[in-house]
Amino acid sequence: MKIAVTAQNHGWTELLDSRFGRAVCFVIVDGETKEWQAVENQQNRQATQGAGIQAARTIIDAGAEVLVSGNVGPKAFRVLQAASVRMFRTDPAAQKTVADAVTAWERGELAEIRAATVESHTARSTELEKAS
Amino acid sequence: MRIAFASGKGGTGKTTVAVNVAYILQQCGADVQLLDCDVEEPNAHLFLPHRIERTIPATVKRPVAAEDRCTGCGVCADYCEFNAITVFKNTVIVFPELCHSCGVCVWFCPEKIITETERPIGVMEGGTARGIRFLQGRLNIGEVMAPAMIRQVKGMAQAAAITLIDCPPGNSCSLIEAVRDTDLVILVSEPTPFGLYDLSLTIASLKELGLPAGVVVNRCDIGNDELYLFCRRENIPILAEIPHDRRIAESYSRGGLISEDLPDYQGLFASLWQNALALIEGKNGHPPAVRGGRAA
Repeated sequence: MKIAVTAQNHGWTELLDSRFGRAVCFVIVDGETKEWQAVENQQNRQATQGAGIQAARTIIDAGAEVLVSGNVGPKAFRVLQAASVRMFRTDPAAQKTVADAVTAWERGELAEIRAATVESHTARSTELEKAS
Repeated sequence: MRIAFASGKGGTGKTTVAVNVAYILQQCGADVQLLDCDVEEPNAHLFLPHRIERTIPATVKRPVAAEDRCTGCGVCADYCEFNAITVFKNTVIVFPELCHSCGVCVWFCPEKIITETERPIGVMEGGTARGIRFLQGRLNIGEVMAPAMIRQVKGMAQAAAITLIDCPPGNSCSLIEAVRDTDLVILVSEPTPFGLYDLSLTIASLKELGLPAGVVVNRCDIGNDELYLFCRRENIPILAEIPHDRRIAESYSRGGLISEDLPDYQGLFASLWQNALALIEGKNGHPPAVRGGRAA
């Protein structure tokens, strides 16, 4: 199982990024082997809107089934939920690095995110439905 | 002739000046139409009691994907500049509130499974107020597509000798859409650092658009002289100065028209209009000051 962790730089010992959509990068960790691979998020960081939506697509395409981050906005939450990606929230007081976050997740110490943790930064959703 | 009333800073008196100019023009027998393009909070109607004679829904297009035929290629999401559509496996999620209705997803979908449907964003309400033809846009609460609404209000406007456009505050897309294709932009400002700062941003935007502008200084006896120095330096004519008069505030608070409640101000608005006309015609030593900016 692959775990996506939002980080400020590429690496196992790098600091966490509390943002999801505008995180610096995603460190995708293999749950069994602990091998990691970083995915840049540069393009989304500069997006005028919808950064969380694209970030969600990025980690889904990278094969992540779990996201570990500080916050998830409403649009990203909707995409991740639709893709059955489980989301867990880090505690900035307890976890500092990617390694801390993965360890805490493995021990079941992280709270599961069951609704967006922050407000939308752009438009309020006026029409919540899946395209059909 | 189309004349826009803008400001940069909010609350400087755009609407007050627009409705009073509309009123005196109508009193002179002119064929005048007022478009309230401040669609996030249209308020000109408060000063021009009117009956709504027609209500027209305003809509924008949004994509709809036939997911059962989606191959999950993601071309739509890759090309969407606004991140309004996303795809994984063969699930398509559309965020209508982010969509700018550009149609790029429809155009580029290799399977041709994306179509467009109309999404309501607000209403346009038209009527007559004291002989002034009136049309306002009212954007739904929480809706952000103000430029699309403004474009539709301007598109629905009838032919009139004089069309006055009450613009939204700020200098973003909404303002650009409201002033586009006008003959003159009347900038209502106040002689304060805040008023000047936002005015300077609006002037810079109008230069880019190549639109001529003149300034109305509201509450002209407060603040400092920086606004006047700026206008002189930028060669922007002052069209009128409205004093900080308690009687104006009282009339405004009741939803009254200054030029009706306080007839001594009729001359001020008449002269404002004359100066605006002179500016459009390039007469009286007032060359269209801002014209000559880079073409948009």
